[in-house]
Amino acid sequence: MAEESGNGRGYLAERGWRSWAFTLDHKRVGAMYLWTTIFFFLVGGVFALLLRLELLSPQARYFSNHTYNVFFTLHGSMMIFLFIIPAIPSGLGNFFIPLHIGARDVAFPRLNIASYWVFAAGFLVIIGSLVAPMDTGWTFYTPYSAKSTSAVTTLSFGLFLIGMSSILTGLNFIVTIHKMRAPGMTWHRLPLFIWGMYATSIIQVIATPVIGVTFLLLVAERVFGVGFFDPSKGGDPVLFQHFFWFYSHPVVYVMILPAMGIISEVIPVFSRKPIFGYNAIAYSSLAIAFLGFLVWGHHMFTSGMSPLANAIFSFLTFFVAVPTAVKVFNWIATLYKGSITFESPMLYALTFIFLFIVGGLTGPFLGALATNVQLHDTYFVVAHFHYTMMGGTVMGFFAGLHYWFPKMTGKMLNEKVARAAWALIFVGFNVTFFTMFIVGVRGMPRRYAEYLPKYQVENVISTIGAAVLALGILVMCWNFLQGLRKGPPAPGNPWRALSLEWQTPSPPDTENFREIPVVTDWPYSYGKPEGPVA
Amino acid sequence: MDNALPFGAASGQAARVDAVFLMILVIGVFFFFLTQGILIYFAVKYRRRRPDRDNETPAITGSPLLEVLWILIPSIVVVVIFYYGWRVYTDQRIPVAGATEVYVNARQWLYEIKYPDGRTAINEIRVPAGKPVKFILSAADVLHGFYLPDFRVKMDMVPGRVTTLWVQPDRPGNYQIFCTVYCGTGHSNMLAQLIVMPPREYAEWVEQGGRGGGEGGVHEPLAVRGERIVKNAGCLNCHAVDGKEKIAPNFRGLYGSKAPLEGGKSVTADEEYLRESIVDPGAKVVKGYPNVMPTFKATLPKEDIDAVVAYLKTLK
Amino acid sequence: MSAPTPGHGDPRVAFETAKLGLWTFLATEVLLFGALFAAYTVFRVKYPALFQSEHLKLNRVLGTLNTFVLITSSLAVVLGVDAIRRGKARLLEKYYAATVLLGAVFLCVKYVEWTGEFHHGRYPGTNIFFSLYFMMTGLHGIHVILGMGALTYVVILSRRGRFSGTYHTPVEVVGLYWHFVDLVWIYLLPLLYLIG
Repeated sequence: MAEESGNGRGYLAERGWRSWAFTLDHKRVGAMYLWTTIFFFLVGGVFALLLRLELLSPQARYFSNHTYNVFFTLHGSMMIFLFIIPAIPSGLGNFFIPLHIGARDVAFPRLNIASYWVFAAGFLVIIGSLVAPMDTGWTFYTPYSAKSTSAVTTLSFGLFLIGMSSILTGLNFIVTIHKMRAPGMTWHRLPLFIWGMYATSIIQVIATPVIGVTFLLLVAERVFGVGFFDPSKGGDPVLFQHFFWFYSHPVVYVMILPAMGIISEVIPVFSRKPIFGYNAIAYSSLAIAFLGFLVWGHHMFTSGMSPLANAIFSFLTFFVAVPTAVKVFNWIATLYKGSITFESPMLYALTFIFLFIVGGLTGPFLGALATNVQLHDTYFVVAHFHYTMMGGTVMGFFAGLHYWFPKMTGKMLNEKVARAAWALIFVGFNVTFFTMFIVGVRGMPRRYAEYLPKYQVENVISTIGAAVLALGILVMCWNFLQGLRKGPPAPGNPWRALSLEWQTPSPPDTENFREIPVVTDWPYSYGKPEGPVA
Repeated sequence: MDNALPFGAASGQAARVDAVFLMILVIGVFFFFLTQGILIYFAVKYRRRRPDRDNETPAITGSPLLEVLWILIPSIVVVVIFYYGWRVYTDQRIPVAGATEVYVNARQWLYEIKYPDGRTAINEIRVPAGKPVKFILSAADVLHGFYLPDFRVKMDMVPGRVTTLWVQPDRPGNYQIFCTVYCGTGHSNMLAQLIVMPPREYAEWVEQGGRGGGEGGVHEPLAVRGERIVKNAGCLNCHAVDGKEKIAPNFRGLYGSKAPLEGGKSVTADEEYLRESIVDPGAKVVKGYPNVMPTFKATLPKEDIDAVVAYLKTLK
Repeated sequence: MSAPTPGHGDPRVAFETAKLGLWTFLATEVLLFGALFAAYTVFRVKYPALFQSEHLKLNRVLGTLNTFVLITSSLAVVLGVDAIRRGKARLLEKYYAATVLLGAVFLCVKYVEWTGEFHHGRYPGTNIFFSLYFMMTGLHGIHVILGMGALTYVVILSRRGRFSGTYHTPVEVVGLYWHFVDLVWIYLLPLLYLIG
């Protein structure tokens, strides 16, 4: 049964910076990550707008080509490492995993706050590196990154710390999910968000050390000249790419699996129907995590790898699509004969499915060898990953923020403004990024500060879309701030959902539950004949 | 109209890539309308019409049959897509026998071309129509890329390694070459042309010495020729003529100007200095600029250097 | 309905939780060193002659000595864990202090080895083999230092009376970490020093 918000401030009651800096409360740790990652999302977004401004004209107009190159490097690096990887796991995951499984906190609360401080140290080092900003692209390929006179070494060290934070978070979640579940919470009664987070954490723990070593090797190359990537010393520049993508491909599943978990939570609530295919969705998360480790070479089809290696990677790449498609079909089937309403969390969840289908259907063009050769390193790829990462993960993140805003803050958002922001974001996003498929198919390479005049029309359209998208995001953020300051008080369970977090007050108390619940059913018992969880 | 995928492939091999593209597009569009259609249809049809009606939904939790179906069908579809993508790609990688070999070496930020008979060029490759060409690719400093969009081919250029690419250009024309692996400041200016000539014109060109930039007639003024060479040889990657300065001094007003050098002395940019800068750029580096200019000694013959200097003199 | 709080409340579960945490952490370490082992494999296959000639230049006596040092230190850990399981905190402190000491010996020997290499003009960057040698033993050395720190911290906690026969989770967990550090060395020794 839902509890009313009579407790007032709940976990937010205690004040003072020390109560945040040294907190052991997973909800506060999660909140800090959310503020930080959203901040970097906005900074990364500013860089994107600067890029789109410059791309209005085929020739360099507002900044030099070097500055443009720095901007796209910072846009990519910030968005990937400081926003999209940590936002859902370390932000929403930290907040809601213990609540979902009926625990009072994560397995290692001190490790949790330590992970935030390591993250903070990391981004401070990264900001420090901006004195000599990098222009290598977020992929830092050698030899260019080894030779560059910019602060690659400092940035690598900062990213190493960010990676460590990611590993500690993933480790904490794995142990939490294994050991801290409430009585009766069997694996098959876990919310699907937890399955998604579990698969994500496994990837984080296994893949992230490899990028850590990659950064160490890059630093060693620059400082000691170890030569692993230097052909004049017997090294191989392409070896860097293997190391880099061995992490960076699985990491896209770190980005998408938590978002998919959120979708699996939101769709049933706003259709008032149980999730269709619980087992399929749960196991497909694990399948995606596993298969995701086998396909890194599909980023390197034109790098000079042997045709046999290319064939193997291409073949395996297609199979990652299958468990992903399975999820999409199950979500759509959940809508069948549902009773659907379109509050902002549901709008974003449906948007996720729509945009992710586009991103997913453009994948085969890149997985197939013949067409990959044509489309690799063009704007087609840029469009594909923005549809999956932004149309996918970021929309899922927005869905989660809107869904859980009342729980985290104890306030309700203005629905009208939320929907207006959504509309701007949806339109702006498609105008910005769909044109990139077109200009990519026409051959425009990526990372081009200047381009041939024949590509100008699409670029202008894309920039207009970016302006609309930015406006939508600003309206959404303004709505969040307004909600925080003067939103009406939220009840314990405004969406009438069945997972355990909704059985606490809004916002929850520090201890989460007065008594640890005993679980007797899964959290999707909508529709007749069953009733909600005890 | 440009030769964008999936129209206007410049060779038979490229057309086969277009066929794969079209196949994937048709399959993609089909599944797009199927899934998005059902998504939107369900969202509209099952919207809550009455607020009190939301407990009447059926508690359907799954269907093993459907799961099996929608695992099997996508699996079969992707295997088909993989197969055709792989077949066409494999054919693309096997060079046709008797192909002419052209050596292309990339460096920041231009392409150095070398033909089997020893002729060299910068940023311009000329081949006769109808004969297969094999590009032998290398890179001097960092990773670069070699992308011929009209032929649907692309290959990275890796320092310390040789990679290859082949095409069979059937129709005469000028085809764009892009660098597609980020290589630094001049990456987006690192462009080249593949000029496919009718066989007879090609033979004439070779006879006349086959030099880069030789499209002008005998009576072409030196400065005009110089302007053309400056455009094609990669100079504009680092030097702007006017406006926003790039990595190196602008060309306008350069001739006759006085500049301080690294090391304290200064120099007047007269004809001799300009000539020296083209063949031995590191000899006198202007203060405040990096010493990164490559030498054009091997790639620009004397007449071309004269033309460039003549052109620069016109830029007052 | 009131049910016992799992996790933090029940000491048995708390211990299992800590052990799962450490095993998960060790998995990340396996990947960390694994990436370097992968680089080693790639270059070994590429340059067999280089590896053959260069590995002979390493000091196998010191390498083998260090192996015995580490194995003995792991033995000390085993004995320490056994001691605290029987409630003997003072004995634990002695054994773990001995482990730290042996770790220090390991590092000293490593120092002698490295300076010996420098003396012969062999640095990271001299060639691929020595780059790998310094990187792999360097990363391992960092882990030895971190392990020594953890062991010392356990000794300090024990002196404050924190451990008993029923509760000594940090002792077990840190001991397990030290065994891992030892194990990595057991792999490094043949790959770098012994195989031609």
